[in-house]
Amino acid sequence: MSGPAPGRSPWDGISFEERMATVDFRVGARAHIAVDAEVCRSCTTKACVSACPANLFAPTSDGGILFNYEECFECGTCYMVCDSEGAITWTYPDGGHGVVFHHG
Amino acid sequence: MPEPRTDVAAFDAVVVGAGPAGASAALALARAGRSVVLVERGPFPGSKNVYGGVVYGRVLDGIIPGWWDEVPVERWVVRRSTVMMTGTQSLSVDFRTDAWGAAPYNGMTTLRSHFDAWLAGKATEAGARLVTSTVATGLVRDGAGRVVGVRTDRDGAELHAPVVIACDGVNSFLAKEAGLLSRAEASHHTLGVKEVLDLPPGAINERFGVQDHEGVDMEILGCTRDIPGGGFLYTNADSVSIGVVLSLPQLAASGVRPEELVADLKAHPTIAPLLRGLTLREYSAHLIPEGGYDTMPALAADGLLIAGDAGAMTLAAGLWLEGVNFAIGSGYAAGQAVDRALTAGDCTARGLASYRADLEGQFVLADHKRLRKAPSLVLSDRVQQRYPGLLCDLAEGMFTVTNPTPKAGGLKVTRAAAARHGVTLRQLAGDTLRGLRIFG
Repeated sequence: MSGPAPGRSPWDGISFEERMATVDFRVGARAHIAVDAEVCRSCTTKACVSACPANLFAPTSDGGILFNYEECFECGTCYMVCDSEGAITWTYPDGGHGVVFHHG
Repeated sequence: MPEPRTDVAAFDAVVVGAGPAGASAALALARAGRSVVLVERGPFPGSKNVYGGVVYGRVLDGIIPGWWDEVPVERWVVRRSTVMMTGTQSLSVDFRTDAWGAAPYNGMTTLRSHFDAWLAGKATEAGARLVTSTVATGLVRDGAGRVVGVRTDRDGAELHAPVVIACDGVNSFLAKEAGLLSRAEASHHTLGVKEVLDLPPGAINERFGVQDHEGVDMEILGCTRDIPGGGFLYTNADSVSIGVVLSLPQLAASGVRPEELVADLKAHPTIAPLLRGLTLREYSAHLIPEGGYDTMPALAADGLLIAGDAGAMTLAAGLWLEGVNFAIGSGYAAGQAVDRALTAGDCTARGLASYRADLEGQFVLADHKRLRKAPSLVLSDRVQQRYPGLLCDLAEGMFTVTNPTPKAGGLKVTRAAAARHGVTLRQLAGDTLRGLRIFG
């Protein structure tokens, strides 16, 4: 990866946290993403980490993946770029929850 | 303990997703006097939706006459710029016309939270029942395997009908469950990331050379490094939308973060002066089904039709980038087809087959079929990686005055630019011919 790590120093004067703070998330109690850590440990590409526009996936030191579901755009990028079928299980958040775009 | 009773409500049709496809389907059915429920997982129609930024409204002429007097428009697009750029150059084909600034107009910028809610309002005014904050979690089938409704996440309540129209978007879980969509294929999808930036109306008019309700649409090639895709910039009433669209497999392989490419575009010397001093209002992202005609799923099963992005109906053909109009056209046609099937008492795939025939006969599938080879040309290596720089160098070579060296001829400048970008004149001629065959 080139350039500064997302969330630390900004690309364009806007940090990743500031960027995400502009988005309305109505976080539900149920996680709508599930990750099979066993599968992730054998994954060499970990494409979800860089491709997720909400930066929800982080590699762990033991080769696994740490994720959070709260600030998800519900776009589907993570499961589509995932090499291993079934590693990322993705559904919609419960009705009325999740991202709410006002200027989409 | 007794089994909890499943709540069931019955309708003539269930439409899933209150985007433009679903709202149009529900509108057609309600107008035909059918009882129809429109299920939306977000708190309001449009709340889960993001688009690049231009709606071509003429599809509404026959559906909502005089639509332009009431549609929640941001600006009417009167300038369309096609921009090719490298890190330090840009070449624009900038077209402006008065014709697009008066009824019936051409393209408009709007925000999906406004536009989708307006269109869904048309459906409810006609008698459709809108249920928001409700996910259709799966299909209900009868003993013969025909779709006869959906399950929801409202305490497992079911909505039953002889037909379900799945307008549940690019990730359509219903189309996947029905076996119409196979496993999501990354190479048929792009990721769009967008920023909406605050800019007062007067500043938009000055910076973009427009006035009143006039707007600008810029489509940009050559701004996504080695990832196939493109950029866009649209003017809204008091904000601008800027973003990039990125081919998923190459984005994943590159390790580059998507917002970094938006930042690249914003910093480009051609774009940066337009955006100086702006503050971010909203960051967003959404997938786009860009595979075109050859990647479209079957559109009907027993008791099920699919429309809009669920049916991969976004047209991403380089010169033309359209989606909302295709969603409206397909959704309305789906609603009409379901009405005919209900009248005939045959809601099997065969009974619903008039849907596809209707779409083939109008722009929805006619445009897709005609432009079926466009997505692969537009995302090809030469168009993406070589031609923007080649054309910029060609312009620079022609317009740079090199006195006392005499001017080089056009052919010599072309040869030099082509050689610099590793393109032979034969390839250039071949791609020109290919482009003419696709777009001509």
